[in-house]
Amino acid sequence: MEMLLYTALFSPLVGSLFAALFSTSKKTLIAGVIPSALLFLSFISSAILLTHVLNGETVQVEMMTWMATGNLYIPFGFAVDQVSVTMMMVVTIVSTVVHVYAIGYMDHDAGFNRFFAWLSAFVFSMLILVMSDNFAGLFIGWEGVGLCSWGLIGFWFHKEVATWAANEAFIMNRIADLAMLIGIFLVYWNTGTLQYTEAFAAMPYLDHSIVVMMGVFLFIGAMGKSAQFPLHTWLADAMEGPTPVSALIHAATMVTAGVYLVVRANPMYDLIPEVGIFIASLGAFVAMFAATMALVNRDMKRIIAYSTLSQLGYMFVAAGLGAYWVALFHLMAHAFFKALLFLGAGNVMHAMDDELDPFKMGGLKKSMKWTWIMMTLASVALAGIYPLAGFFSKDLILEVAFVEHHYILYTVLLLTAGLTAFYSFRLVALIFHGEERHLEHGFHPHEAYKFMLWFMAPLGVLAVIAGMVFKSPYFEMVTQLLPRTEYHIHNPVVFWIMTIGTQVFVIAAIAYAYSKYKNAKIDKKTEEGFFYQVLFNQYYIPQFYEEFFVKPYRELSSILWKQVDMKIVDASVDGIANIFYKTGVNTRGMSSGNLSTNLKWMVVGLVILLALAVVFAVIVQNGDAVISVLHDLGAI
Amino acid sequence: MMEIGLSHYLILTTILFSIGLVGVMRRKNLLMLFFATEILLNSVNIGFAAISYYIGDFTGQMFAFFIIAIAASEVAVGLGLLIVWFKRTGNIDLDSMISMKG
Repeated sequence: MEMLLYTALFSPLVGSLFAALFSTSKKTLIAGVIPSALLFLSFISSAILLTHVLNGETVQVEMMTWMATGNLYIPFGFAVDQVSVTMMMVVTIVSTVVHVYAIGYMDHDAGFNRFFAWLSAFVFSMLILVMSDNFAGLFIGWEGVGLCSWGLIGFWFHKEVATWAANEAFIMNRIADLAMLIGIFLVYWNTGTLQYTEAFAAMPYLDHSIVVMMGVFLFIGAMGKSAQFPLHTWLADAMEGPTPVSALIHAATMVTAGVYLVVRANPMYDLIPEVGIFIASLGAFVAMFAATMALVNRDMKRIIAYSTLSQLGYMFVAAGLGAYWVALFHLMAHAFFKALLFLGAGNVMHAMDDELDPFKMGGLKKSMKWTWIMMTLASVALAGIYPLAGFFSKDLILEVAFVEHHYILYTVLLLTAGLTAFYSFRLVALIFHGEERHLEHGFHPHEAYKFMLWFMAPLGVLAVIAGMVFKSPYFEMVTQLLPRTEYHIHNPVVFWIMTIGTQVFVIAAIAYAYSKYKNAKIDKKTEEGFFYQVLFNQYYIPQFYEEFFVKPYRELSSILWKQVDMKIVDASVDGIANIFYKTGVNTRGMSSGNLSTNLKWMVVGLVILLALAVVFAVIVQNGDAVISVLHDLGAI
Repeated sequence: MMEIGLSHYLILTTILFSIGLVGVMRRKNLLMLFFATEILLNSVNIGFAAISYYIGDFTGQMFAFFIIAIAASEVAVGLGLLIVWFKRTGNIDLDSMISMKG
């Protein structure tokens, strides 16, 4: 059992180090194949661990002591329980698929080997994050994924936008991580331990306001990683990274770490339902907010990124309302179909020479049949049509909101479901249907490599069956750890009206999107309208941040640089150096090589030493008198 | 007649030492420099002998003999070098010996 755990955890690290050996040399196919194979091994180990967990056996190991000083004892401990094994399965499945896909996608890239080193390092950090049994290990993984995300967003570092986006993501996450760190400190100060089980066991006996503070600070950390408002701008800009990165990190795994944290800390959030309501409200707001931005965007990857943001909002609604298993279930289902959607978008980008504007595409279903099928499948799953994955997970969140009597949240989420269906099929209609507008722009689309399509297929299958097949075994397994609450609308009439109503609403949205965008007519009047402009400019939030945070900060930095750094710090360092330099220049006459001069200086030295000797002798002889004089002067 | 005591000897020593020191500083002729050094050493010898007699301990006088021996050998080596230098360059002016200039 322990061996399996270590295999699952460390094989991505081995893969990463292996690829790193080749990082500066030219493309070596083996640097992509070996990490992928090792990830597959990690997936197999996780799957075997899953069977053990399904039988009710959880594993907890303490690999070694990390810190042991005084009362502080932090081990490197790992646990495989019902929650972490779910995450491990999601992470290893999606990352194996993405690794193999990337072998094809990064085929012609100069940084092929470096890419796999970063990607596998990311998976390793993510596994540490989900498998750690204490907050310290979680934080290491948390920072590790942040670092790898930085390296992968800015992977094409010769592009200025890419490095800018990488830095933006990194800095925004640092702001949130500060809060997260404060939260962890609060947990340690008040419970005296960082182990999940012990810390959560101690929390019911703490002052309510302290638990609220812990919950709020930890949630701010989660907001940064999961790109919740107001820290959401980095996610859309992160699309500058290679598409496999977007699929793995910015759809399936890293951005869901915030949801994982809230799910993991469920005993704590159960104690503070008011914070839970805040989380749910913010989640619903973000779901709506991001979906509206996705409606009008003209960048394929950004549309999917906003969609991810919106779905993360759904997960937070579920988690905030105490339906932790529902949140985790949607996390899993979403990881499968969203990764598939991104990989499909990657195929389209390759075919279109990295063109991202769907208005320049159209009619691609002829040349890219399989990509079309899989992206449609993923979009149907995302829209939540029966019987695909999204129906079971997303509609469940709607039911949760309804059953918990949060009708405002329910309405917002229902509207968002319509928006989701609309923008998803706007994208599909623009890319794959209608006339072949890309011909005017001189593109010659071609389908991706066969093996890439084959490896996308498992995600396609999962997007179809994840809801239907996995729901009840998943529920049985995960509720051994999470609160076992079933959300049923007891009145069958209400239930059927809601279910069918939602389906009809979503299908109507899909049909509307098709009819409107099949021919990709650009409606000038709408585009010049106020709402369109607001949405297209992302509510002017990036401009707002630029104007009110970035510019003042830049000015402050410039003032500090010119006034403080140059005039005080640099000046004092230079001054000290100048003193030594001038002393040297002025005293080098002493060593002229002339014996007579040397002798004169020797005599000067002798006189000084003699004088000192006399002074000390006098002081020693009249010690008491000297001390009393100094005492009167106040020196002692 | 005034009794000649320790302080007279010490004053003599100080005067001789000062003369030697001035010689060391001012003289440019290497030979004169040696003479000045001899004056310095011998002024110290006088001091040693006088104090040794005054406190009745012969260690000081013994030390004076050592100094005489060392001074003699030093002059022997120094004069040898001086002669070689004179043969090579034709003068023994200190200001011309600046090959050690840094």
